[in-house]
Amino acid sequence: MHLVVQAIILGLLTGGVYALMASGLTLAFGVMRVINVAQGAMIVAGAYVSYTLFTDFHIDPFVSIVLMAPAAFAVGVLLQLVFLRPLRSDEREELSLLVTWAIALGIEGVLSVMYTTTYRATLPGYVNDSLTVAGYRIAVVRLVAFGISGVILLLLYLVLHRTRLGRSIRATVQNPTAARLLGVDAERVSAYGFGLSVATATAAGAVFGMVEPFNPGSHYDLISRLLTIVVLGGLGSLTGAVLAALVMGVSEAVLAATISPTWSSLVFFVILIGVLVVRPQGLMGATERGRL
Amino acid sequence: MRTVTVPGLARGLGFTALFAAFPFVFTESWVVNIGIFTVMYAALATAWNVLGGFSGYLSLGNAAFFGMGAYGEAILFQHISIGSGYRPFWVLPLIGLGVAVAVLPVAWVAVRTRAATFAIVTISMLFIAQQLAFNLHSLTNGAQGLVMPLPPFPNTTFERPFYLAMVAVLALSVLLSWYVASGRLGLMLFAIRDDEDRARGLGVHTTYAKLFAVAISAGLTAMAGGVWAYYIGFIYPQFAVDPLVTIGAVLMAFLGGRGTIWGPTLGALILVPAQQYLAFSEGASELYLVAYAAIFLGVMLLMPRGILPSIADLVAARRSSNGAHRADGPRAEMPEAVT
Amino acid sequence: MSAVLEVDRLTKRFGGVAAVDGCSLAVAEGTVTALIGPNGSGKTTLFNLITGYLRADSGSVAFAGKRVRRPEPTALCRRGLTRTFQQARVFGSLTLVQNMVAAVQQPRRSAFRQAVSRADRERAVGLLEEFGLARLAGARADQLSFGQRKLLEFATVLMGRPRLVLLDEPTSGVNPVMVETMERHIRELHGRGLTLLVVEHSMPTVMRLCDPVIVLDHGSKIAEGPPAAVQHDPAVLDAYLGT
Repeated sequence: MHLVVQAIILGLLTGGVYALMASGLTLAFGVMRVINVAQGAMIVAGAYVSYTLFTDFHIDPFVSIVLMAPAAFAVGVLLQLVFLRPLRSDEREELSLLVTWAIALGIEGVLSVMYTTTYRATLPGYVNDSLTVAGYRIAVVRLVAFGISGVILLLLYLVLHRTRLGRSIRATVQNPTAARLLGVDAERVSAYGFGLSVATATAAGAVFGMVEPFNPGSHYDLISRLLTIVVLGGLGSLTGAVLAALVMGVSEAVLAATISPTWSSLVFFVILIGVLVVRPQGLMGATERGRL
Repeated sequence: MRTVTVPGLARGLGFTALFAAFPFVFTESWVVNIGIFTVMYAALATAWNVLGGFSGYLSLGNAAFFGMGAYGEAILFQHISIGSGYRPFWVLPLIGLGVAVAVLPVAWVAVRTRAATFAIVTISMLFIAQQLAFNLHSLTNGAQGLVMPLPPFPNTTFERPFYLAMVAVLALSVLLSWYVASGRLGLMLFAIRDDEDRARGLGVHTTYAKLFAVAISAGLTAMAGGVWAYYIGFIYPQFAVDPLVTIGAVLMAFLGGRGTIWGPTLGALILVPAQQYLAFSEGASELYLVAYAAIFLGVMLLMPRGILPSIADLVAARRSSNGAHRADGPRAEMPEAVT
Repeated sequence: MSAVLEVDRLTKRFGGVAAVDGCSLAVAEGTVTALIGPNGSGKTTLFNLITGYLRADSGSVAFAGKRVRRPEPTALCRRGLTRTFQQARVFGSLTLVQNMVAAVQQPRRSAFRQAVSRADRERAVGLLEEFGLARLAGARADQLSFGQRKLLEFATVLMGRPRLVLLDEPTSGVNPVMVETMERHIRELHGRGLTLLVVEHSMPTVMRLCDPVIVLDHGSKIAEGPPAAVQHDPAVLDAYLGT
């Protein structure tokens, strides 16, 4: 029992980080119906930048998040303008998948050349510390990662619900035609939405780099999990993504602790298939359109 | 009975003959080696096209079928010892059928979702297949891989049987591709691609059609994987189930023209020799990732319909501007040039 | 006359808004029934619910006397209930004949038969002739004008030999000549025994073609009767004028 609770705690902490990583993905889909397969690669890129800032310039990972955000936002807007906007809207969903996969390959290639395939990790001073609460061990790094993820998710929530841009984004997700009729500039919202999604990716990358060793190829494993989470939660639903991330995180941890670590990564897939059998639109997805 | 047009038949037989004659004309090993991979990718792209091009459901997990075929071959020899020589080739149809049937349950769950979710589910399937390959030690030997029996072919023409086997798989792929496209199944798939909701409303059994397409696509891909396994001799999980195999096949189908019969083969004929050359001269595989990415993006943005349909469009435009004002074009019936 | 379609207290909410709110109505066999109402009254949503493109929150649908437990477009079409779409949807990359033949109900095992058999083609061309589209039989559907697409869509749904066709705004967005053509076709098919439920905004068309007329407002039925009676119904005037 102790083992299970310990696993649940670990799962929740990991799930929180997954939630942050998945949020950008579901946001991109909700706003533009774009499946950004490069999200994993962008997270890894964020991890690398944060790692370099930390190792070479001794900049704290949290600070690196703040530094990366504007640049990442700009890159996101640029990518959307150049590669995604030209796609015809009726094929955009499927083609965006291939376009972003190509972008992911490009990022992986560049990172491989710059950093080689050696595994890296951002190792702040407290990396080996752990707290003991009520008899359960909690790694400080994971707690910090969870905390940062929570804060950024909260910020994202506030942006979406308290700012004009956020309202425009939510309106576009729920009903693009109506939004456009109300004066929302769909093109601009798409570009900013994507920028926001890339910014959250790099932030998630900085966090990710603290808890897991990574190399350029890590994005495959990441994106497969994130896609599963987003589909499970319902494409376009932020709440769904967060819920699904927590469910997946906990399931994986519990399975790893009770049955076997090697099989635990399959839990993502099993749960996904299970849910899709009953609800092809995912947990929170509407059959018509997602809701942020 | 279907109308087999003379030009179509000529193309089919002609190309098959050309492909088959290749290793007898160019006999150097490294040339035939490139030929094997070119024909292999042509088969993979053609197989992918049956689902991806005809129905618009982009499957990004084809490498899983490839791996299943590869491991299928190896396991048959490891655990059931069928013997070597030409036997591995004869069991290919069995492997193709086996994989086609085996994927049906998961495919059924996947095709009931909409196109975007479907693509994602197939990506997941790919990684799961890889995980299974790594973890099912008793079956696949995990990371240590499996070994195929040593082929008894003479050194000078070692590659030839493998090449010819690949040509056979390609010929079958193209044949099936044509058979589906000219049949009712093809009509259903094209309708799904154009407007699936409407197809459902008109009474089309969409799930059934998609399942069929998945099964055909999977079976053909698995057969190519089987030949590959025997050729390479030893298979490891990360190479048997490699996302780049999927990406390559998809890119070639896009380049040549998805939805056409010969487009994917054309795409392979262009890209594989180029890719092999790049890998050879640049050495580092990472840079060829960037090149792949660049080509892919270029095709998507500049020539989204692919080569064959773009040419067909040009010809049609030329024809109509010449005053040949015919609303019912002669070739409009068969989906040769339909995208 | 028996009811070929019965809707019983159907409800569908989107967020806080009930697009269809406890709607009950019946369509008698052999009629051309109109479904009218101001914008946003739930007509298209109702169509989507009846044909299974949307899942209702509560209520039920019965077709040809049998209750439909879970409306599903493919199954319903095979039972004889089909619809057109407001936007005149066709299969763009296919020829007109291919469009028509795609709608022919065939058993699953015919998947490997030839795409367009001679019998199918003859039937398709026959129908296309009726709709004046025969000379374009081999052209790609995406080359048609909007009005021609509407005609093609209409012709296509007839290939399945339906019992009831839900027409979603058949005369919207087309020129007056085309309106007349559409009305003529509707009348002709009605004469041959087809039942139609037509969503329409054009009152003249409704007056000419339909009886009875069902009026929807805020997701439920507020009036029903012959066109002349409905035209003067105070509740209906209220709904349209919004007092």
